[in-house]
Amino acid sequence: MGQISEDQVRHVALLSRLELTEDDVRHFAHDLSSILGYVAKLDELDTSQIPPTSHSLRLENAFRDDEVGASLTNEQALANAPESEDGLFKVPPVIQDGGGA
Amino acid sequence: MTVLNYNCHERTKDPSMPAMSKYEPVIGFEVHVELCTATKIFCSCPTTFGSPPNTQVCPVCLGMPGVLPVLNRRAVEFALRTAMALNCNIPERCNFDRKNYYYPDLPKNYQISQNYACIGTGGWLDIETPAGTKRVRMNNVHLEEDAGKLIHPEDPGADYSLVDLNRAGTPLIEIVSEPDMSSAEDALAYMNTLKNLLEYLEVSDCKMQEGRLRFELNISVREAGTERLGTKVEVKNLNSMKTVLKCIEHETWRQTRLLEEGGRVMQETRLWDEAAGATRAMRSKEVANDYRYFPDPDLVEIHVTPEWRDAVRAHLPELQEAKRRRFIEEYGLPEYDARILTNSKPVASYYEAAVAAHPNPKALSNWMMTEVLRELNAREVEPADFALKPAGLAAIVRMIDEGRISGKIAKDVFAKAVESGRDPAEIVQAEGLVQVTDAGEVEKWVDEAIAENPDMVEKIRAGNTKTVQALVGQVMKKSRGKANPKIVNELIAAKLC
Ligand SMILES: [Zn+2]
Repeated sequence: MGQISEDQVRHVALLSRLELTEDDVRHFAHDLSSILGYVAKLDELDTSQIPPTSHSLRLENAFRDDEVGASLTNEQALANAPESEDGLFKVPPVIQDGGGA
Repeated sequence: MTVLNYNCHERTKDPSMPAMSKYEPVIGFEVHVELCTATKIFCSCPTTFGSPPNTQVCPVCLGMPGVLPVLNRRAVEFALRTAMALNCNIPERCNFDRKNYYYPDLPKNYQISQNYACIGTGGWLDIETPAGTKRVRMNNVHLEEDAGKLIHPEDPGADYSLVDLNRAGTPLIEIVSEPDMSSAEDALAYMNTLKNLLEYLEVSDCKMQEGRLRFELNISVREAGTERLGTKVEVKNLNSMKTVLKCIEHETWRQTRLLEEGGRVMQETRLWDEAAGATRAMRSKEVANDYRYFPDPDLVEIHVTPEWRDAVRAHLPELQEAKRRRFIEEYGLPEYDARILTNSKPVASYYEAAVAAHPNPKALSNWMMTEVLRELNAREVEPADFALKPAGLAAIVRMIDEGRISGKIAKDVFAKAVESGRDPAEIVQAEGLVQVTDAGEVEKWVDEAIAENPDMVEKIRAGNTKTVQALVGQVMKKSRGKANPKIVNELIAAKLC
């Protein structure tokens, strides 16, 4: 249980846009495996009688009303952008393949 | 209200097209609908279309570290409405998941969506096809946030892209159907029926040109009459119903040819290329479809209690069938009129606004079904963007009813108003089109016509009643349509019969 292969590390690094050296890959395969091994201790608990949950908080239906509030100004919105042009964020070129939304 | 007429045989002349193929397409849809809430789904930024870039953004929708999303109650209610109208099961509990991927239009590097527990599951939508009523099953209806907009500089050599995040966080529902359609006609009926329903539900303005309603297709082919599904292809970047139909035709042809040549269809996502009139494979395949969904820890569960569900159901807007029945009862319209007027919610609303301004429902219905619908179709405009407003149409019918203008003049005034956007009453005033009801004035035209048409007079005196109408026509021509026809008839009868 919990063995993370070096290929899995490379795959996750690609998904996360991280550049890893071969040294990094070996280290992370080892470290991530031991983390998973440690967390696997939870598997020893009998949870068959406990309903699944996505939260530790016993809260539900936290809503807001559909009322317009303040937005940032364009200058504020772009204040942290490394580059901008005509009020837009400037980013490395993207091929026109569309996002996932 | 654009009704597309589609002839699926139009392109069979293409020599590369297999003649009457034994393959048929199998089609399903993923439809994205931007909800018409005032604010975004997880923050209080407005959702207005067309504002200057990056002016409807805040730390939440910009994905700044440490911010917390808070769910817009109305967005949930709109999704519930839609799920109910599509006959879905509404689970009592659902939640949001993170869909992880990197793209510059997505500032958090994940989209908040629903993957494991959706707002609605199952369900169906009945569509009217040339082959009769067909039931399209739903897979699910779920709630998510829209991404921002990428802008590619016009200079083809530019080595950068630009991002506007005004749209990021706009509430979306995604409606996922089962692959229950097998022709372009089915697909068109599905798209029109769904758009119509969404308009009636008042959850979206469905303006396709503003990207408020977006269709994605999944399509495979199989031998006609068989049950087994082929390998499906998903197609994105379809920005109008016309494009969807072209794409179905193209993909059916492409996949059929592949199979007939002994090849295989690859399961993949393809993009519609409008210039080429064809689909092409996406290039960024290496990172596709590993979204690592997990429940979003920033958002608590949605609990749709039976009371809440019943309250949403009780407050559903008046849908098409109910409106049709009310048009018959309240306005005394024939079934036929009521059906045509309620075929589209914006058309029905236009009509109701006109009736409110001048309560002559049947006359207004006649004008709607002939003149107004013809112009809307010919100009491909929505009623809301039509140059003649409901009050203007009401004014035309009122002027007829009050005897101020003749029916013939009214048609001219209508045409001018539609062309120029001018106020019909002002057109009548400015161009001196008011009907002449002064008997003395009308009599002058009648006497002239009688003097100039002795042969007609002869026939009328001999008892030929049909000729009366011809002589009335002569008088109307003399008056340039302004003489009151009733008075003209009376005068001719008095003088000649
Ligand atoms: Zn915001």
